[in-house]
Amino acid sequence: MVWNKLTYTGWGRARSASGEVARPERQSTLARAVAETLAPAFGMRRSYGDVALNDGGKAYDITRLDRVLSFDAETGIVEVEAGMPIGDLGRAYASKGWIPPVMPGTGFATVGGCIANDVHGKNHHVKGSFGQHVTEITLVQSTKTRVITPRSGKLWKATVGGLGQTGVIAKAKIQLMPCKGDMMVLTERRISDLDDFLMAFDESKTDYTVGWIDATATGKHLGRGILEEGEITSGINKKGDGALEVPFNAPGWALSGPVVRVFNELYFRRVPTRGRTSVKPITDPFFPLDAIHNWNRLYGKRGFNQFQCVVPPERVDVLRKMLEKIGASHLASPLAVLKKMGPGRGGYMSFPMEGYTLAVDFPNREGSQELISELTDMAQDAGGRIYFAKDGVAEAAQVAGMYPDQGLWAETVNEADPSHALETDLVRRLNLRGKGA
Amino acid sequence: MHQTWIILGATSSMARAMARRLAKDGATLLLCGRDMDDLSATASDCLARGATKTEALRFDARDRASFAPIIERATKEEGTINCAVFVGSMPEQSSIDADPALIDGVVQDSHIGPATFLSLLAPHLEERGQGTVVGVTSVAGDRGRIGNYVYGSAKAGFAIYLSGLRNRLTRAGGHVVTVKPGFVDTAMTWGIEGMFLVATPDAVAKDILKAVRKKKNVIYTPFFWRYIMLIIRHIPEFIFKKMSI
Repeated sequence: MVWNKLTYTGWGRARSASGEVARPERQSTLARAVAETLAPAFGMRRSYGDVALNDGGKAYDITRLDRVLSFDAETGIVEVEAGMPIGDLGRAYASKGWIPPVMPGTGFATVGGCIANDVHGKNHHVKGSFGQHVTEITLVQSTKTRVITPRSGKLWKATVGGLGQTGVIAKAKIQLMPCKGDMMVLTERRISDLDDFLMAFDESKTDYTVGWIDATATGKHLGRGILEEGEITSGINKKGDGALEVPFNAPGWALSGPVVRVFNELYFRRVPTRGRTSVKPITDPFFPLDAIHNWNRLYGKRGFNQFQCVVPPERVDVLRKMLEKIGASHLASPLAVLKKMGPGRGGYMSFPMEGYTLAVDFPNREGSQELISELTDMAQDAGGRIYFAKDGVAEAAQVAGMYPDQGLWAETVNEADPSHALETDLVRRLNLRGKGA
Repeated sequence: MHQTWIILGATSSMARAMARRLAKDGATLLLCGRDMDDLSATASDCLARGATKTEALRFDARDRASFAPIIERATKEEGTINCAVFVGSMPEQSSIDADPALIDGVVQDSHIGPATFLSLLAPHLEERGQGTVVGVTSVAGDRGRIGNYVYGSAKAGFAIYLSGLRNRLTRAGGHVVTVKPGFVDTAMTWGIEGMFLVATPDAVAKDILKAVRKKKNVIYTPFFWRYIMLIIRHIPEFIFKKMSI
């Protein structure tokens, strides 16, 4: 296997790693390489922080393993290689009447990453997490390759949402769900404040529901935003995807406080007061930012961090305090999302739990890491948790107790990988596999 | 007219990218190479992406017996038969210097094997009065350099063969496209230092299919390599022999 010395980052670009990376193009090459050198794998590196980085160590880039291996048109079960972007899978089958039941906010995320982070989508309250629709995973563990299913017990639960710590995910089978077509009826309406939002989530009856929240708003506007509700409908999108590109790093002022406030005001007013309904290709509402390649460059060279937490439904008070703190900080970016989650989760370390999840991007500027740290403490105190796919800031003590099954997970992964060769920067930083876990 | 493509060396990333694009247009794909598991994976993938039919077939540039069954299989298809050749091998020049016997394999993989296959296929293309051959050579074949002149000479030989085949097939209604890629981001170049202006395999595949549509004769991909190689070809030998580029 050829190892290439690289410096690479997560999507937020605030953290980077240097190390040797191999990029196998065939399953046989991957199996041979892992038998010789066990190391963590990454895909498109769309996780924001350092969950997919291995500074000073080796890693596998599996983006060249991106093929559909089989499809059963009767059952809708598709087997793919782990490096396949989830959006490609969606595009390949939507016109044939099948769609991945869960898709995250970007179609560039690979299937392997979707499993390892047990991602959720705008329909989490209806369909649960991604891992709940996976029926089989092929894991390469050092010299042996194992095929596991939900009946594999602990190893399955430690793999789904398990941050790649049980082995290199090489292939997976996913149960697709039937769909009428690849268009979506999308209704958008303005929401005046946080209470209004919570009520709207309770009343919403659609499969896909998500809120854009103006994180710069304070006072009586606190928690205002736009509610998006969608349903898949019939019709086939024939339009090609013309993507834009952010060609270089934006200057520091591009996302400064005043600019973001003006942007958010306009974004809020874009939707008329009476709301509006439109029919769009499915990819538009699913992957709103994928139309702009490399949008992370808008945050400049220093990058950004995203804070995402979920708090129990009865802790709306904490959510309000978080929004007050964020609004007062003048550090928020236009990208902030609020969503009501259901209980669905696939593994020991899966992020989802019943409650409200809030995600906000912060440019990597003075004070932003401290703010994220405070928000993390608030989530911990409220009995909530932060999302490892996003985190690049927390310390080990801050995540203690967030994941009740962490002990079971650590025990299982330490058995599966006794040499700790699969650890990544985040796993080490948060001491997830350590004693007392 | 229904298009059937024989793809030799279909496990390479450039070939895969081209197969995917052909799949989208509904072609029938005969994916040929040595790693049957990997070829089957690409075959299922292309089927999922819209290919009419896909099949994995064994092809070994060093085993002439593997050629005829592929041609026989292809001629069962109605419509146009096309062939794209991605095979070749490039051991380190230093390994070759240490063991000149390796030259046999390089020339067999990059020139003799594919040329023999195409000569067996050519009469069928002539008989049908149509069909395109895409031969992937390399900018390394434009001038012998210290770093890879054995590989370069094999590719240069294949390029001359393609030029002659074009001369032959054109009068029968067929066509031959010679493709000279510069640096492409493949397993062959991964980790090699000094790479610049590296193209993705998909960008190369896109260029190739555009050249097929427009019946181009010789293309460099990405296009600017034409100018880079123009300069390199025109450096006088008494200077070039002292250079190490």
